[in-house]
Amino acid sequence: MSVKTLPDLVPDADLHLPHEAERRLSNGLTVIAIRRSAVPLVELRLRIPFGRAPLAPATLLSQALFTGTSALSSIDLAAELQAVGGSLAAGLDPDRLLISGNALADGLDRTLELLAGVLTDATYPAEEVATERERLVDSIQVALSQPAHLVRVALLKRIYDTHPYAVQTPTPDEIRSVEPAGLRELHAERVRPAGATLVLVGDIDPDQAIDVAEKVLGGWTGSAPDGVIPATPEIRTGPLLLVDRPGSVQSSLRLALPGITRTDPDYAAFTVANLIFGGYFSSRWVENIREDKGYTYGSHSVVEHFVAGSTWQGAAEVATEVTGPSLLETLYELGRIASLPPGEEELEQARRYALGTLRLGMSTQSGLAGLASVYAGFGLRLEHLREHSEAIAAVTREEVFAAGARYLAPSRAVTVVLGDADKIESQLSVLTAVERSTE
Amino acid sequence: MAPRIKIPATKYPVERFTLGNGLRVVLSPDRSAPVVGVAVVYDVGIRSEPEGRTGFAHLFEHLMFQGSANLEKLAHFRHVQGAGGTFNGSTHLDYTDYYEELPSGGLERALFLEADRMRGPRLTEENLRNQVDVVKEEIRVNVLNRPYGGFPWLKLPPVMFDTFANAHDGYGSFEDLESATVEDAQGFFDRYYACGNAVLSVAGDFDVAEATAMIERHFGDVPARPAPELPDFAEAGLTEEKRETYLDRIAPLPAVAAGWGVPDPISDFDAYLPYAVLAEVLTDGDASRLVERLVQRDRSATNLGGYLGFMGDEYQVRNPTALLLQAHLPPGGDAGKVLQTIDEELDRLVTDGLKAGELDRTQARMATRLLQGTDDVLGRAQPMAVLELQRGRPELLNELPKLVSEVTAEKIVAAASTLRPECRASIEVIPGAAQ
Repeated sequence: MSVKTLPDLVPDADLHLPHEAERRLSNGLTVIAIRRSAVPLVELRLRIPFGRAPLAPATLLSQALFTGTSALSSIDLAAELQAVGGSLAAGLDPDRLLISGNALADGLDRTLELLAGVLTDATYPAEEVATERERLVDSIQVALSQPAHLVRVALLKRIYDTHPYAVQTPTPDEIRSVEPAGLRELHAERVRPAGATLVLVGDIDPDQAIDVAEKVLGGWTGSAPDGVIPATPEIRTGPLLLVDRPGSVQSSLRLALPGITRTDPDYAAFTVANLIFGGYFSSRWVENIREDKGYTYGSHSVVEHFVAGSTWQGAAEVATEVTGPSLLETLYELGRIASLPPGEEELEQARRYALGTLRLGMSTQSGLAGLASVYAGFGLRLEHLREHSEAIAAVTREEVFAAGARYLAPSRAVTVVLGDADKIESQLSVLTAVERSTE
Repeated sequence: MAPRIKIPATKYPVERFTLGNGLRVVLSPDRSAPVVGVAVVYDVGIRSEPEGRTGFAHLFEHLMFQGSANLEKLAHFRHVQGAGGTFNGSTHLDYTDYYEELPSGGLERALFLEADRMRGPRLTEENLRNQVDVVKEEIRVNVLNRPYGGFPWLKLPPVMFDTFANAHDGYGSFEDLESATVEDAQGFFDRYYACGNAVLSVAGDFDVAEATAMIERHFGDVPARPAPELPDFAEAGLTEEKRETYLDRIAPLPAVAAGWGVPDPISDFDAYLPYAVLAEVLTDGDASRLVERLVQRDRSATNLGGYLGFMGDEYQVRNPTALLLQAHLPPGGDAGKVLQTIDEELDRLVTDGLKAGELDRTQARMATRLLQGTDDVLGRAQPMAVLELQRGRPELLNELPKLVSEVTAEKIVAAASTLRPECRASIEVIPGAAQ
């Protein structure tokens, strides 16, 4: 066998950002259109600010938005969309109502017409709403049996306390009490174009697409009340919160720390420090607790951005019998990223990963649409990708070290563990103070 | 009804060649974004596992990432990600794939990494034990600790099929996984991971001549080894209804899945394709037959899905496979009644045929999904590799939207007429956590 050496990388060409056409319509809707024509489709994302909307009605509204207009039943709507290869669905997070979908590029006009019908004339018929209400109750019931959901519920409560972000899923009973009239009221008040952003990406002429959007959505009018959410609270340190799930054959380990926004001067260094700790597969955390010790199938850490604040979160599902050792190694790795500068090669590898995956993320219509829509929600445009790339390219070991010390110190982290409490409490309490959840 | 929309197609170029050692190669250049996708697929999957070694194909997939001739453990991950890329692998019934997506400057590195492990992974006791632990955690995350884990892909095959190859648990029992040896792994590699049993494919931003030279450089000296003979996994279809239930101790609500045998996806593709369209006619969106009836009208189901192949890889599976329908039910839901309603609706389709516009709109939506899949470089590299491996026809990926749009109403009805209760297998989830 011949000796083989690793081929060098060919340096990346300059970052090429597609042209973003943008227009703010007279009704307050911002339309952003981007051409990527590799496949004859168009992706659509409509982001409507929904901060402080009442949780249960807003959640059901997102599920029932397409149940009918005065002209079309839910089935007509679905069929008409399907006829142009289209599909639209709505989702909710604490900041926004997001309508997402795609269609054959030739079907853009029709898709926007159907969307406009729903935005201006959704009727929430009693029968259909009742069906969607029961489906939503069932799906929440199923979520409540999933460890990843349960531990997130506990973590959000632990991080945000009494802030509106603390509870992001309504209870089945809260959903059961929502009536169609409440949905119509909420729709009239909040499903408004002022402050909303529509992103269209695909095999389109951007200016023409905006013209169509202007013509079709021009009749959607009105402004929403102020939905500004107060800044998120400081995360209070305290004992590890242990949530009992009797019979669980794994423990769900979650850690959280205060995060920083995408435009913070430290963000690039923080991004790289996070990657080195646990933000990608070749991170210290994964190499330690998966590839060295076999405690988990996967661990991952991310920065989660909401409009009113950002948090850093780490997540791993670990075998019940090694829950304590998994926490030990996690705290060790956090301590290491916070106390020592990273290696030169480690930094370069993480840097290249950060730069490369930005390019991968914008290489498809759906990736571009998602990115443009998320950015728009924070007042940014694709140009921010270039600024962020340049900042990542320039980050030094010293800056990453400083960011690790400032933002990833284990002494400031809160920890939530969900699992079979009787089997894991003693493992955890030898490492840190533990408090059992009473909820 | 709107006028029928024209179904577009993609025209991704396809170049094919075979190296002297028997490795088949597919190239599909497209310079529209500065990224490449690389996929290597081996013609071995869950169905080829020996008895007593359930889960071995998947465990072996993990071992392929644990070092090779010129690479230490962890090096593969670091080199791909350090080139700005992402990677993964997956184990299917009929194939195992490995893939990377990277900025185009990382192409040669990805080829080097794939060639190195094609020559031989580092199969050590330590790595084997480590990955057995990792796979056990994967099974806990995806099956044991989660409601509806393995439903229906692990639960329905043993009801539907009789032979070990088709019926066994592809994730594997802990007992089988724990007793696996390095010798087993070496034997599996020797038998199935021959370059004559593999396809390499590259899609995205590259020059064909340059890529061809790189491929020669890195794969050209992989020792030639022929493919093993491909077994026939065919089974006689069901002649009477088979129905089973199982208790899922953490599931809060009932669920049911049903499967019917379908024509051979490879040798009888013309007969197979209408079933793919039928599955969508029945279940795609609120205007589809079964969603309208079961979810919207009867409220006897809360969610419904229909597709071909147990792993959602309808154009990358060999015979035998199935058309599957699965439904999640409301509290106290009656799975038997849901199955009976499905039978009724199939009868109605056979008797009354399709409604005006029903087929056109289903085909339009299928085209969108097919085209969206190919916008991603891996959405071309992966299926093209498998289509070459199983059919010698990677260009089929470009043709699928058109072929789907040409399926006639008569063929849909004929397909529906074969989905009889007496050739149906079903599995029902009894919720153990019902309140």
